[in-house]
Amino acid sequence: MINTQEIRKQFPIINLNINRSNLIYFDNGATTQNPQNVIDTEKEYYEKMNANVHRGAHFLSSHATEKFEESRKSVQSFINAKSVKEIVFTKGTTESINLVANGFRSILKKDDEVLITEMEHHSNIVPWQICCKYAGAKLRVVPVKENGDLDMVSLKSMLNNKTKLVALTHISNALGTINPIEDICKLSHSFGAKILIDGAQAISHIKVDVQKLNVDFYCFSSHKMYGSTGVGVLYGKEELLNDLPPYQSGGEMIKDVSFEKTTYADLPYKFEAGTPNIAGVISLKSSIDFICKIGIDNIKNHENTLLNYATLELKKIKDLQILGTSKNKSGIISFNINSLHAYDIGVLLDKMGIAIRTGHHCAQPLMKRFNIAGTARISFAVYNTKDEIEKCIAAIKKSKKMLL
Amino acid sequence: MKKSISMIQSDIISEFSMFDDWTEKYEYLIELGKSVPKIKDDEKKDENLIKGCQSRVWLFVEKKEDYIIYTADSDAIITKGIIALLIRVFSYQKAEDIANSNLHFIDKIGLKEHLSITRANGMLSMLKQMKMYAIALSKTQK
Repeated sequence: MINTQEIRKQFPIINLNINRSNLIYFDNGATTQNPQNVIDTEKEYYEKMNANVHRGAHFLSSHATEKFEESRKSVQSFINAKSVKEIVFTKGTTESINLVANGFRSILKKDDEVLITEMEHHSNIVPWQICCKYAGAKLRVVPVKENGDLDMVSLKSMLNNKTKLVALTHISNALGTINPIEDICKLSHSFGAKILIDGAQAISHIKVDVQKLNVDFYCFSSHKMYGSTGVGVLYGKEELLNDLPPYQSGGEMIKDVSFEKTTYADLPYKFEAGTPNIAGVISLKSSIDFICKIGIDNIKNHENTLLNYATLELKKIKDLQILGTSKNKSGIISFNINSLHAYDIGVLLDKMGIAIRTGHHCAQPLMKRFNIAGTARISFAVYNTKDEIEKCIAAIKKSKKMLL
Repeated sequence: MKKSISMIQSDIISEFSMFDDWTEKYEYLIELGKSVPKIKDDEKKDENLIKGCQSRVWLFVEKKEDYIIYTADSDAIITKGIIALLIRVFSYQKAEDIANSNLHFIDKIGLKEHLSITRANGMLSMLKQMKMYAIALSKTQK
């Protein structure tokens, strides 16, 4: 059991008043809030450390560099990567995916195949469309079943020796489905395909062990794990990252530059051109400390309790349909109420101080598959409570009454 | 004779001042939204669609003598309520008056948030589109 009241005290924003009500923040799938220790680290960086990393000989620069590299170590141990060389800092999950997709342009051959799924976020669809177009490869899409589970039978039948890469989400941002990554990795590897996981919705909700899962690439964002925006991570197996060409070029990513020839820096710096979001990277360690102090399994159990309670209560509302009813779900609930538009529900809930997400969730193909324009989505984090769910349920009932 | 754009705006502001809280205001908007004549589905073509991330708006414009008539529909009812207000202000006005109008009532009745760019609900684009039609038509008159 975790002490939610103690945890809530650490989040200044949770005590805000929005539209004259105490904020209820249920849009954690979009971004999570920052605890005080993360905010403090970010502030401390600008007060006591601000300098460029990996460059200067002076005190500040080496201090900032030390902290920056400590953060990399912290990420390595958090996801159990073999080496710090496998941890590349980016500006977010989207950039991490783009980095790999960009590299695969020159790896893929004509008629090779890339597999994605119907439940992907646009940021795990569009980079592969561009990559495949560039390489003359074929992009194939694994269907999703009515309950929101990935159609594993189709996945098996679509894998073949032309499949060079499988890119899929760990947890669907619109359905909440947790995909069986370990099994899918085994399957994909048996055909010689590499596998990339979009871990944005998983990283702060369930244990991620990249060696146990045996993924080739794993991408996630700091702002979805109680950290700041503008920082992401690409994990990649060392030998695969070595084979990938550089993504962006410039300072930091080189060993030697002359007008005739440039040699690139070693991993992970080969992929870290330019000055990064140093404060954000350093404070990512504080986010990881925050998560580890509570324990990821405790967070998972807490969110699971909220998920089960909210699902039960929502089901009692007449004409409410939940999209995504997989047995293996994370704390994300997408719903619609018969003919009502999700936007209307979102606007009225906002008037009552409740922040939810409405719309297509950057997953238009998935919405099309279920023949809907969008959904209203509630998504949980460690600071949410049963009491907030009760208030939200009452607010949904009130909105429904007003709209019908 | 039809009231001027500024007079209609004043009317709306005084009507909304009677509401005690947000619930009454939104209930009224929802009622308005339901009263907007629906556009038939087969007439909702892409060329009339104003895309927003959250809700969609279809806008039709026609000219009768000197006046411009707007018809619009949305898939979201609150968006439709606001559309109804915009149509009440702009429809059956002269193109030039619409083009030169200063729309201040939305702010005054506390619905500015719906016209903010972050809402991405198609309302802001709709307003721009309404004015653009009027500007285009007022130019052809000259």
